[in-house]
Amino acid sequence: MQALSLRKLTKTYRNGVQALKGIDLDVEQGDFFALLGPNGAGKTTAIGIIASLVNKTSGRALVFGHDTDTDLEAAKACLGLVPQEINFNQFEKVSTILVNQAGFYGIPRRVAKERMEVWLNRLQLWEKRDAVSRTLSGGMKRRLMIARALIHEPRLLILDEPTAGVDIEVRRSMWEFLRQLNEDGTTIILTTHYLEEAENLCRHIAIIDEGRIIEHDRMATVLRKLHSEVFVLNLRQPLEAVPELPGYALRLTADGSVEVEVTKSQNLNDIFAALSACGIEVVSMRNKANRLEELFMRLVEGRDAETGLVKRAVSA
Amino acid sequence: MIAQVGTVAANGVKRGGHRWVGFRTIVIREFSRITRIWAQTLVPPAITATLYFVIFGSLIGRRIGEMGGVSYMQYIAPGLIMMAVITNSYGNVVSSFFGAKFGRHIEELLVAPLPNWLIVAGYVAGGLVRGLLVGLVVTVIALFFTRLHVEHLGAVTAAVLLTAVIFSLLGFINAVFAKNFDQISFVPTFILTPMTYLGGVFYSIAMLPDWAQAVSKANPILYMVNAFRYGFLGHSDVNLGLSFTLMVVAAALLFGVCVWLMEKGTGTRE
Repeated sequence: MQALSLRKLTKTYRNGVQALKGIDLDVEQGDFFALLGPNGAGKTTAIGIIASLVNKTSGRALVFGHDTDTDLEAAKACLGLVPQEINFNQFEKVSTILVNQAGFYGIPRRVAKERMEVWLNRLQLWEKRDAVSRTLSGGMKRRLMIARALIHEPRLLILDEPTAGVDIEVRRSMWEFLRQLNEDGTTIILTTHYLEEAENLCRHIAIIDEGRIIEHDRMATVLRKLHSEVFVLNLRQPLEAVPELPGYALRLTADGSVEVEVTKSQNLNDIFAALSACGIEVVSMRNKANRLEELFMRLVEGRDAETGLVKRAVSA
Repeated sequence: MIAQVGTVAANGVKRGGHRWVGFRTIVIREFSRITRIWAQTLVPPAITATLYFVIFGSLIGRRIGEMGGVSYMQYIAPGLIMMAVITNSYGNVVSSFFGAKFGRHIEELLVAPLPNWLIVAGYVAGGLVRGLLVGLVVTVIALFFTRLHVEHLGAVTAAVLLTAVIFSLLGFINAVFAKNFDQISFVPTFILTPMTYLGGVFYSIAMLPDWAQAVSKANPILYMVNAFRYGFLGHSDVNLGLSFTLMVVAAALLFGVCVWLMEKGTGTRE
C-alpha cells in the first residue's frame, strides 16, 4: 500500500512563485524515504500541502489512500508532522503540549497522559515534563516536536529537517530512535540538510529541484549512478609533489595527503600498488565527500547548467 | 512499541467522539490560558469596573439622580457588565488566535483531524468563557455598590450569551486578517470602544435629539446593551424582538464567515 501518493501536485503562490510544478511521488508503506532538494526547491511546500498547512493550486495528495480533498480527517489522522520551525506554544509546559495535541486528535486525557509518559521517556524528556517549553535546549525542543508528532501514533511520520542545529550526539541518538520507529512499522519521510543522514537511514530517495522531481528511486540505485568516488589518502610521509600515476587523477592537499578519483572501472588495489612502487606508504583512507552529496550536487548543478542558471549554493 | 493506527476509529477513539474530545481540549487550553495570565485577563476589568462604579455611579451618579425610573448606578450597572463582556470576549479570541498564528502553534490545530467549524467553535467557547467570567466579576463588584434585581432571567442569559458569541466571532475575524500586533489593537481602540461608549451604556438614547437617536440606532451595540438591561430593569430604548433577531442573525452570519475564512485558509494556510 502507498503511504503517500502525490499526483500532478502544483502550487503557485500569490506573488507568482511556482513552488511545485506538477510533482508525482509515491512512498510505500513501511519505507524510510528521503526527500532532498536545495533551499527553495519546494520540499517544505509539498510537506505543507500534505499536512494541510498550505493550500495546493491543483493535483491530488493521498495519505494511506485517503484523499486530502475528500477524506481529509482520515488522512490527517494517519499523519504526524515534525516541522522545520519550532511551532509549539513556548509558554506551555512540555506535558501540556503533548496532552493537548493528543486531545486535538481525539485521544481522551487519561490515554493521552499514558502516551505522554511513554514518548517523553523514549525521547529522554520525561525529566522535563513540567518545564516550560521555552526553557528547553535546541535539541530538546526538536525532540519535543518529535514526541508531539508521535503522540497519536501516526502511520506516516514526516520530519522536515529534524536534526537541524542539534549536536552530533543528539543527532545520532535521533537516528537510532527513527530507525527503531521505522523498524516498528512507521513509514518515515525525511528531509535533511545532512545528506549523510539520508544515506544512512533511507531506503528510497526523491530529489526535488525548482518544483520538479528530478530523481526518484531506491537509494542504492541512485548511488550506483555515481561513476566515480574521490578518496583522501593519508600518507606516512607528507608529499611535496604529486606523483604521476597513468590513468589516475591525483591531487595534493594542503596537509600533504593525496586525493584520488576512482572510477567504476578502476580499483583501489592498483592505486596502492602504484603508490607502493613509488615508495609512498598509505596509512589510512576516507571518502572525500558523502557519495549522496556528490550525486546531489551533480544533479542539481547539471540542471542549472541546462537551464543556464547561475549555480546556487546547495543544501538539502 | 508503536501501535499502528490508520483512522481515528482505529486510534481507540469512537468516530465523532474525537470531535468532542478535540473541542473540549481547545476550551480547556483557552481556559488554562485565561487563568494562567489572570493578571492580564481578570484583574484589569475588575479595576476598571470599580473605577466606573465609584466615579460615574457614586460620585457623578448622585448628582444625575434617576434614569429610566431607577438610580443612575442601577441604570449603568447592566451596561458596564455588558461592556466588560464585549471587550473581554473580543479580546480573548483576537489575542489568543493571533498569538497562535504569530507563534505558529495554530499549526497544532491545522494538522489535527478537526473540522474548521469546530476550531472556530472552540475559540468562540474560549471567548465566551472569558466574557462570562469577567461579566461575573463585574456583577459581583456592582453588588457592592447597588442592588441588582433581575426582571427577566431569560433575556439576561440570552443577551449575554449572544453578545459574547458575536464579539468572540468578530475577534476571530480580526485575528485572521491581522498581520501584526498593531492590527489586533486597532479595532478595539478605534472602533469597539467608541461604539460601546455610544451604545447606551451610560445614558438612555431618549435623552438625545432625534438625529442622534437615529444615528445611535445604527449602532448594533445599542441593541445588545438594551436587551441585557431589559432583563434587569424591565424596559428598553429599542424593540426587543428586533434586538434578539439582530443578534441571532449576526451570530449565525459571523460564524459562517469565520468558517469560510478557515476553509479558504485566509491568514492561516497562505
